[in-house]
Amino acid sequence: MQSDAFHLGPLADPGECHGPIDLAGTPASTARAWLRKLIEIRCAEEKIGDEFGRAVIKCPCHLVIGQEAPAVGVAAHIRDGDRVFGAHRSHAHFLALGGSLHHLLAEVLGKDTGCSRGMGGSMHLLDRAHNFHGSVPIVGATVPIATGAALAAKMDGNGAVAVSYLGDGATEEGVFHESLNFASVFKLPVLYVVENNLFSSHLHISLRQPFDSECRHAEAHGVAWQRVDGNDTVAMAAAAGRAIAAARAGQGPQLIEAVTYRWRGHVGHREDNDVGVQRKEGLAEWKKRDPVARLAAAMVAAGQMAETGVAAITVEYRAAVEAAWVQACADPYPSAAALIERVYSTGRAS
Amino acid sequence: MTDYGQALREGFAYLLKNHPECFTIGQGLWSPWYVGHSMTDLDKEFGRERVIDTPVSELATTGAAVGAALSGKRPIVIHPRVDFFLLAVDQLVNQAAKWRHMFGGQVDVPVVVRAIINRGGEQGAQHSQALHSWFAHVPGLRVVMPSTPADARDLLIAASLGCDPVLFIDDRWLYEQKAELPPVNPALRLAEVKPRIDIEGTDLTLVGCSYSAHLCRLAAAELKTHGISAEVVDLRVINPLDRTVVAGSVRKTGRLLAVDGDWSTCGMAGEIIASVCECVPPGSLKASPRRLTLPDAPAPTSKPLEKAYYFHAEEVVAAAQEILGRK
Repeated sequence: MQSDAFHLGPLADPGECHGPIDLAGTPASTARAWLRKLIEIRCAEEKIGDEFGRAVIKCPCHLVIGQEAPAVGVAAHIRDGDRVFGAHRSHAHFLALGGSLHHLLAEVLGKDTGCSRGMGGSMHLLDRAHNFHGSVPIVGATVPIATGAALAAKMDGNGAVAVSYLGDGATEEGVFHESLNFASVFKLPVLYVVENNLFSSHLHISLRQPFDSECRHAEAHGVAWQRVDGNDTVAMAAAAGRAIAAARAGQGPQLIEAVTYRWRGHVGHREDNDVGVQRKEGLAEWKKRDPVARLAAAMVAAGQMAETGVAAITVEYRAAVEAAWVQACADPYPSAAALIERVYSTGRAS
Repeated sequence: MTDYGQALREGFAYLLKNHPECFTIGQGLWSPWYVGHSMTDLDKEFGRERVIDTPVSELATTGAAVGAALSGKRPIVIHPRVDFFLLAVDQLVNQAAKWRHMFGGQVDVPVVVRAIINRGGEQGAQHSQALHSWFAHVPGLRVVMPSTPADARDLLIAASLGCDPVLFIDDRWLYEQKAELPPVNPALRLAEVKPRIDIEGTDLTLVGCSYSAHLCRLAAAELKTHGISAEVVDLRVINPLDRTVVAGSVRKTGRLLAVDGDWSTCGMAGEIIASVCECVPPGSLKASPRRLTLPDAPAPTSKPLEKAYYFHAEEVVAAAQEILGRK
């Protein structure tokens, strides 16, 4: 653990961490699987951005391009029975756990074949078959919900964990602090993954908080914490592995601060043109901390992949995304009856 | 005879005994007085792992219950006062009530939030609110307002064993009401619970829920001594609202007094009157419908002001007599 829970230090400097990451003995097959997942997510997001730009997709989409690695690193340690919850920027969380491109694309189009039956759009994703139990855009709202899933897991004593993805903005919500305190007091098996991309909507963290690291909140609430280069998939997976193992072992709540950066605006497809905010200079530097390129460079240097590897995988996933898109476009919308029928349960118990 | 508070405790005990997935969580559950005598010693009987007292964190506690409900449990969150529950509204209104709909009907959220109306005693503006019509406005949220000991026990059980989020509001002014309780009917489904005609009558219809229904029953007994035959409808569940029972009663009596222990504007009483006006042929009303509610002001502390603020059975009687032109 780092001693300074208050400051990100070099991780906040866009001039740092541009080179290949340390594979740290990661088997070639594992590294390749992670790289493929990063590229799948990026291809999906680029497609969604394009179609958003063409106004074919209308629902608000918060694209994750540039910060794909935390989702892939955490997903490596999720097993059936765990419960993962996302927030407004959760396409990566959904796909990293194994969610289907078709279900995601159909959902952002509001189709009945979407992961939320066309009732949620980009901001309400669900995939219980892959342990993803919901994402919602009310900031911080899934933090206590994941905490409660961990309470249930503790009651069941089955070694399951809950994961709550949140951003740096959500740490400004009171419920984040209530939840960390609650989880700490009851020693719950929950992992809070704070994806600190330094921006909440249009506001830089320096305009919102006195310090730039969210680990200080974990420290204050007696929650074990790690800070990670959130654009280093291997480091991210290692941190998640340690945290989730500790939570499964009954050591109480864990927090990982994944320092990262989004390349697009808060919402929509455009780069750095988000409600008047210009980040051009910093963005160019941040793009050199690309999680895809850095993992790929390490794999090439280690002789695990040819230099053309990324291009080949990208071609493959662009085709997969396109096929899923064509299918989603042809799918039906929910029936008008769904509007009322899905309000209350028709289950026997109620 | 079992009083309302004891009946609630019987409901909790039934759930904790027969359903291992049920648990209760909230502030004051290990205290002898926070929730009257409605949960006394449940922690000793069923263990503090299932009767959980919490930090002073209404929102996280309610959110945790929602999360547990998404994870196979049937939690009941206790908010000893409606006023403090307002700190937790996001988790019930934005999350639990919408979860099924926004995820395409794929998920059950069997969470109960029990919020208690605890007013009078010069407690003032932030220790006295009911606010049930706020919550009855929200699709996806079942809102339950029992007025009798049997309903307090049975609707609590039905709420917890259902599939939807429920706001269960009980009023401490009812805790001493006594009745003989029938055996628990474990098959009762909240969706089938309709408003109930407690007293049949022919001259006018009195409608209320929770403590207001109790006042309507007292008023009907008093009106009878004046030769007025009042029909009393206890709404029991105010969302989703079944309008047919009230409308049927008013078609018969031709007169309506909606009584509600909350504010008037955009409140339950107005909703009842509007519903009746939509359902009943205009010629069948013998008098303009009326409502009796709290004044549109926060609850006071000073004793004479408090006396002026809350209405009693006498005011229900007087309003009914005015509708009938007998005053």
